[in-house]
Amino acid sequence: MAKAKDKPSAKLKERDKRTLSKIVELADDVSKKTLGGKEPVFHIPTRTKSNTLWNKKRGILEMGDGKADRPLFDLKTAKQFMQTMLHGSTIKDLIDSGKTSSLRGVFYKAKHTVAGTKENTFDTQEESDPILEDLEVTLGALREELHIFAENRGTLVGNITLVDRGDEIDGRRMGSGGWGIPSIVEPDVIQFKKCEAKFVLHVEKGTVWNRFNEDRFWEENNCILTHGAGQPPRGCRRLLQRLNQELKLPIVCVLDCDPWGHYIYSVIKQGSISLAFESSRLAIPDAKFLGIRAKDYEECDLGEAVKIDLTENDVKRAKEIAAYPWFEGHKGWQKEIQGLLNNGFKMEVEAMINKGISYVTEEYVPERLKAKDWLD
Amino acid sequence: MSDSALLEDPSTGATKPKTMKSKQAPRATAESMAAKQRDISVSEFFAKNRHLLGFDNPRKALLTTVKEAVDNSLDACEEAGILPDITVIIEDLQPDRPASAKSGRYRVTVVDNGPGIVRKQVENIFGRLLYGSKFHRLKMSRGQQGIGISAAGMYGLITTGKPMVIHTKPSAKSPAHHIELAMNTKTNRAEVTEDSETKDFPPARFGQLTSGTRELVDKGEFLSPATYTTGTSVSIELDGRYQKGRGSVDEFLELTAIANPHARFTFVPPSKASDEEEDVPLLRRGKKAEEKNAPADAVGSEKDSPGEGQPPKPIEPQVTTETGGVMVFPRAVEELPAETKEIQPHPRGIELGILLQMLKEAEIEKPGYTLYNFLQDKFSRVSAGSASAFCEKIGVTSRTKVADVDHDTAEKLFREFQDSKLPPPPTDCLAPIGVQQLLKGMFKGVRAEFYAASSREAAVYRGRPFLIEAAIAFGGELSADEPCRVIRFANRVPLLFQQSACSSFKAVIETNWRNYDLQQPRGAVPVGALVIMIHMASVWVPFTSESKEAIADYDEIRKEMKLALMECGRKLGSYLNKRLKMRRESERRDIFERYIGEIANACNAINGVDAKKLYEAMLVQARKRTAIADLQLDDEGKKVKEPDPADQEGVIIVEQAANLAPAEPAPVASPAKATKAEKAASDLGKRAKKKGEAEQPTLIAAAAKPSRKVEAKPSKKSAKTEPPPARLPSQPPSRPPSQAPSRPTPPAAAPGKKPKPKMRLENGKLVPVDEPGLF
Repeated sequence: MAKAKDKPSAKLKERDKRTLSKIVELADDVSKKTLGGKEPVFHIPTRTKSNTLWNKKRGILEMGDGKADRPLFDLKTAKQFMQTMLHGSTIKDLIDSGKTSSLRGVFYKAKHTVAGTKENTFDTQEESDPILEDLEVTLGALREELHIFAENRGTLVGNITLVDRGDEIDGRRMGSGGWGIPSIVEPDVIQFKKCEAKFVLHVEKGTVWNRFNEDRFWEENNCILTHGAGQPPRGCRRLLQRLNQELKLPIVCVLDCDPWGHYIYSVIKQGSISLAFESSRLAIPDAKFLGIRAKDYEECDLGEAVKIDLTENDVKRAKEIAAYPWFEGHKGWQKEIQGLLNNGFKMEVEAMINKGISYVTEEYVPERLKAKDWLD
Repeated sequence: MSDSALLEDPSTGATKPKTMKSKQAPRATAESMAAKQRDISVSEFFAKNRHLLGFDNPRKALLTTVKEAVDNSLDACEEAGILPDITVIIEDLQPDRPASAKSGRYRVTVVDNGPGIVRKQVENIFGRLLYGSKFHRLKMSRGQQGIGISAAGMYGLITTGKPMVIHTKPSAKSPAHHIELAMNTKTNRAEVTEDSETKDFPPARFGQLTSGTRELVDKGEFLSPATYTTGTSVSIELDGRYQKGRGSVDEFLELTAIANPHARFTFVPPSKASDEEEDVPLLRRGKKAEEKNAPADAVGSEKDSPGEGQPPKPIEPQVTTETGGVMVFPRAVEELPAETKEIQPHPRGIELGILLQMLKEAEIEKPGYTLYNFLQDKFSRVSAGSASAFCEKIGVTSRTKVADVDHDTAEKLFREFQDSKLPPPPTDCLAPIGVQQLLKGMFKGVRAEFYAASSREAAVYRGRPFLIEAAIAFGGELSADEPCRVIRFANRVPLLFQQSACSSFKAVIETNWRNYDLQQPRGAVPVGALVIMIHMASVWVPFTSESKEAIADYDEIRKEMKLALMECGRKLGSYLNKRLKMRRESERRDIFERYIGEIANACNAINGVDAKKLYEAMLVQARKRTAIADLQLDDEGKKVKEPDPADQEGVIIVEQAANLAPAEPAPVASPAKATKAEKAASDLGKRAKKKGEAEQPTLIAAAAKPSRKVEAKPSKKSAKTEPPPARLPSQPPSRPPSQAPSRPTPPAAAPGKKPKPKMRLENGKLVPVDEPGLF
């Protein structure tokens, strides 16, 4: 046990050295420029749509070379400059002391009143989080390399045994709650030990996941069952990707039939704009979209009650998604989105209960899996 | 006339005259009319038409009386080269009358320290209308027609039956004359009822009038015999009404003091003002908070406060029934206005009738006078060459005698005058107030933040030289959401009525103030914290009426007025612009300065760099990048590091201590304030010496007292003035001295005068400044 614990920590040290040197490099640049009478500037790769490239060959989103200057002596960026610097020193502190902290913890650590004023360095965590992402991309270091973790979000259950920071986790014995997916699931923290599952079924929300778990779907169908509480966080996506790449398990998604569901699928598959720099670690290009499909209203003979009207915003969003480069040339998806628009209503996974409490777990998903009726 | 008649002849026009004729008394014959025809004395005419002279109603009568007497006093002092010291006393002779009375009996006394009047002239000056030294000449003076003071005496006589009482002391060595005279309106001559000598000048009685005067007498500041070695005192009893507000004696004196910074005025108002207070007058606007604390201010007010003894209470409409305070308007400059010269009429300004009259007079004056000589002698700007050119053009020789010029020739000459290309009349006949004096006058009277003045070159209307000056005061305590106030002057005399008929008012409206970042509704004066002053100096101000209330609307005059206003407007515009820029810059600097301490510390924590050194290096950069915030403002927005007094001509900028900022949230947050306040405090502290006073803007520093704002909001205050804690463990460097540059005291400032106001950056917001009333 002790050995198991030592190993990763030795590894961490190696990585930490690298991260530390990057942070020091950043600070050196600031002090050198300043003392040399030049204005200190951070060059921060931009996490915007315009700086996001679609790598068709790899099927993922990648971050471009675009960088935004963050000079100190500019009204718009002065505060951010300070915040970046503060977080730099916070992270160095974390690494030095060998501890990790949550995003919120880091926010609190760096939050204080600016000397001589009543102004806070950070007012809200919403101000702090993007600065950390800035640092990730600027330093080229991942969040876990910065010793920062997010709240656990997402749950797993299924025919797999894994090791989480030295403790063995048996996915088959997780009761009704499941195993919370940590925000850092890198190989030095999580190792896969034994896996019989043939695929992963990823559902959108905890409520749906509960249905599948209660019906022992993973046992019946020999799979792993996960959810990401809506838009899956990085930890969840990373774990899915590792399951997909290391264990070669297909990832099958069951999401709502609405633009949001489509978007979640898109993020799982290609990566997101704001985390484009991590796409190669997070995106699962062969993830499959099983449902709910626009055609299901008729195919499954669902009742009027399942319909939720599309809002104007939904329509707009659907059209935007249809125009994504990775959906644009995809006939199936164009048809799917058009179907949604033609329907004029959305459907949630839970709505399947309309056909029977376990209709979705006992009939809908197994049949579709068997028929390989999915979009990818 | 019956209804049927009407029906028969519906043409009323035809029937009416008939009936009227039948009822009318026999018409007057030429003879009967002739019996009634007789001379009308000027006095009689004006006694009936007193509204023409400004005695329309009791309130205005009181004002006009004061005004005429003060104008005469000022003119006399200036002509004699004496710095005027004028005391105005209004006594209420019926203090017990019911509050509802429309008018009451007052005694107006105006005492000056002028040259006095020789005995034999007293009757003429005070007892006759249209008698004076000023009507016949083209010289810049306040009075023009010689109507004023005698009309006032006449009005007094008519309404109270009491004669005018005159004390005049033309010589420091001999006793004063005491004369009482009543005007006979029929003969336009004075009747002397009392003629004696007295040693009681200035009359000692006045010193004991109120507690205020007694206090001043003790200090030797009220009708001091040392000041009034010669002089004249005129007392007129009249039916009047004392009421504050627009068009009041108070306003008149206040404005007169602005336009005559070289004069000192003392005003003893009656113990009782009319109950029907209307406006809160004038240039200062009391604020509720101020009013409450007014008595407290009194204690701290010192020599700069004009309200010596008892400072004025901010005028509060409902309460002011008692005005115990004597007001003193101190002298702001120690130089008399330049002496003006009398000039001959300019050919282009003359009218045909007058030309004919002049020709006739010349003939009598000097038999055998040639036209050639006449032209040169009696007109300005006519040289020998142009005189012979005129003669040639009208077909006469240079030998032609004036007597031989017939009507036709005269008319020809008149036409030639109009077409002539003579140089404009000389301008040494005009004594402008001057930019510096205007500023000092405005500063004395208006509590604002920014003052600008401009004095135009002389110009000509109808052959008469005139000169326009304008000044504006902006910001400070002036109300920001009302139409601006326009104050008008002609030859240093304030014009209080008929504003909209006045050329100057039209000029204000026609000027596009939007160009200078002010709001201006269409066809109206600008709206904002603004007072506009316009002064016209001329040998002959074209008034619209005898009561001298509005300047006639000549294009030439209005054009000059607009140009003067535009000049002031530009200065204001560039100040506002600059202020905005400075504000932005100072906000920038504040932001940078706030953050660099944090950055230096964080950087130090990462790579161990010397935080202090890094901080300093960043500070240098921050300063460099926001250098503009350190600049002093000058009138044209030029960068002035060490201002040369010449560059400041035409503007005064009052420094605002930023920490006076009221409760409203500052846009960029308080940190800025702390540094500002600290800076301002140390800056001001140099002059004010006392820390408690440092919150006052510089100019008011001498009259400063503990800020009421401070007392009102102790928590806010202390938070803001706290020096910011060290930004770094390693002590941030103190600000280099260049950070708080101060303007030198202007050389022009008279001894004991306020220090020159200056401006350092202000963190935005116009901050109302509290100080005791200036009046």
